[in-house]
Amino acid sequence: MEKTIELINTRIRDGNARAIRADQMPDIVDELGVEGALREVDVVTTGTFGAMCSSGAFFNFGHSDPPIRMEKVWMNEVEAYAGIAAVDAYLGATQKSETQGISYGGAHVLEDLVAGNSVRLRAQSRGTDCYPRKTLEIDLTLEDMNQATMVNPRNSYQSYVAASNTSDRTLHTYMGTLLPNAGNVSYSGAGCLSPIPNDPGLRTIGSGVPIFLCGAEGMIIGEGTQASPGNGFGTLMTTGDMNDMSTDFLRAATFKGYNSTLYVGLGVPIPVLDEEVVRQTAVRDEDLKTTIADYGVSNRNRPDLREVTYAELKSGLVEMDGEEVKTSSLSSYKKALEVADELKSWVEGGRMQLALPTRRINTEKTARPMRDRARAPQVRDIMNTSLVTISEDEKIQTAAKRLLRGEINHLPVLDDTNRLVGIVTTFDIAKAVASNGKGGTVRDIMTKRVVYTSPAEAVDVATRKLEMNNISALPVVDENGKLAGILSAINLGKLFERGWKR
Amino acid sequence: MKLLVTFSRKGGKQPLIAQTVKDTGVLINVERAFIESNEGEVLIDVPDEDTEIISAAMEKAGARVKKIEDSVIRDESECVNCGACISVCPQDVLSFDETWTLCIDSSKCVLCGKCVEACPHQALSLLP
Repeated sequence: MEKTIELINTRIRDGNARAIRADQMPDIVDELGVEGALREVDVVTTGTFGAMCSSGAFFNFGHSDPPIRMEKVWMNEVEAYAGIAAVDAYLGATQKSETQGISYGGAHVLEDLVAGNSVRLRAQSRGTDCYPRKTLEIDLTLEDMNQATMVNPRNSYQSYVAASNTSDRTLHTYMGTLLPNAGNVSYSGAGCLSPIPNDPGLRTIGSGVPIFLCGAEGMIIGEGTQASPGNGFGTLMTTGDMNDMSTDFLRAATFKGYNSTLYVGLGVPIPVLDEEVVRQTAVRDEDLKTTIADYGVSNRNRPDLREVTYAELKSGLVEMDGEEVKTSSLSSYKKALEVADELKSWVEGGRMQLALPTRRINTEKTARPMRDRARAPQVRDIMNTSLVTISEDEKIQTAAKRLLRGEINHLPVLDDTNRLVGIVTTFDIAKAVASNGKGGTVRDIMTKRVVYTSPAEAVDVATRKLEMNNISALPVVDENGKLAGILSAINLGKLFERGWKR
Repeated sequence: MKLLVTFSRKGGKQPLIAQTVKDTGVLINVERAFIESNEGEVLIDVPDEDTEIISAAMEKAGARVKKIEDSVIRDESECVNCGACISVCPQDVLSFDETWTLCIDSSKCVLCGKCVEACPHQALSLLP
């Protein structure tokens, strides 16, 4: 048995369509079987509500008198992109306020507009024959504009990598607060309620398909930017009219130490056409896997700590290295359920009819990393390899002499097997002399908890370590645990001296 | 019951907590302490039935005592029930109920403020 989209739409128009929330589908299929579920269920509604940075809106403000060609535009002091026609602009959710920083961003402007608040529009221009006006400042509400069309380049990730942090300091990331020593795990996505996991083959999800977007009847434009459905990370580009949106399903947020972002409520209704659709929509959280990545490592390829299912993540506790670690969701499952329920009422109430994709999304595609022509400078390119070191049993006076002779400020301390066990600075020696006189050994005054780098680490990462720890040099330790050099603030000058090249 | 005790140290360094334990015989659990040169603030946990005795003893010794009941305040209009706060709390104050609604058990709170920082929606604050 198969059902056509026309049949399903007829049932919707007649008010006879039966819609089921995606999280309830597995139990229905267990009860009725695949054939029975196909007969009984016409539409499966999905939903997600989470931080989607790649969101924003196009505005047309209407022409002023005398007219202006807006070259630069700010909305509540958040800059919008105005490099399009005279009174059009695109405001991105993550653009920060020039006066309030990340605590008020593009996302907050969007929320203010949807809430019905007026927004101060400020524009600048050089003035032309056809557009003589040079400046403009006015308060506008959503109603005052010709269009306020949300266009989100990347929404609704199929699944997203969960985050933990094995470093020894708290990180503030787009995945929220990550406690040191893998103290917590954060994740995003609604699992079995999310749209794409219910149709990973993208048969019913594609260009032109009507969706729920922040409370409005929106539409899928096509594949989202950075879409990678070939390896389980599909995304969608979406659009909708902001006039129909509600702050129940559109919220601005700020991740401390990171940026502003927009929480978007999005749901796709999936027509139950055949047994294949029934089987796909019967997916459970237990079947949906992602990985927990280590955000304590600042590489593009963060190491995976373990594989995990959405069922484990949603349970609140995940086992890592034999310990139970608490999880935090960044997206709201409660809100995702509300999205799917709302969509269900639209379908059953005859308000929204469905459509099949006018263009299918390529499910084979995978996103590539940037093709680096110029490798970013690494520590090995600029580190100092002429090493002056000391052993921990030597006298403090010996250390002082060695620093003087080498005209250096940092002395790595090595043990009998040439392993780095500490570091002594001119400051440590001055402190020792001031308080205890010159007696004692290097071991007594050295810093034992050494912050270090490696030859292959990016200079940008090493520089951040210097800043975060308020220090001026890092010993460089190679993969065998041997001291390979030292990177001091002075070496960083090499990057500017002659322009770094491969 | 948790009590926030503030005291001045201008009159010398009195062993306020030790003295209170000795005088009342009630065991006090110190959850957090900020001691500066002029003043101090200590969050203590005492058995519910001994709250009044401890408060009275400490107030007599010149300290100010405040009962901590609703320490974490949630702005319902901002909170979206995401749960970003749950895993950063060292005391298991925050959790979901069966409807994925955020629940706050303030009796365990030690006022560390980690949840306030972690909230993407700036919906949480500590008691004024």
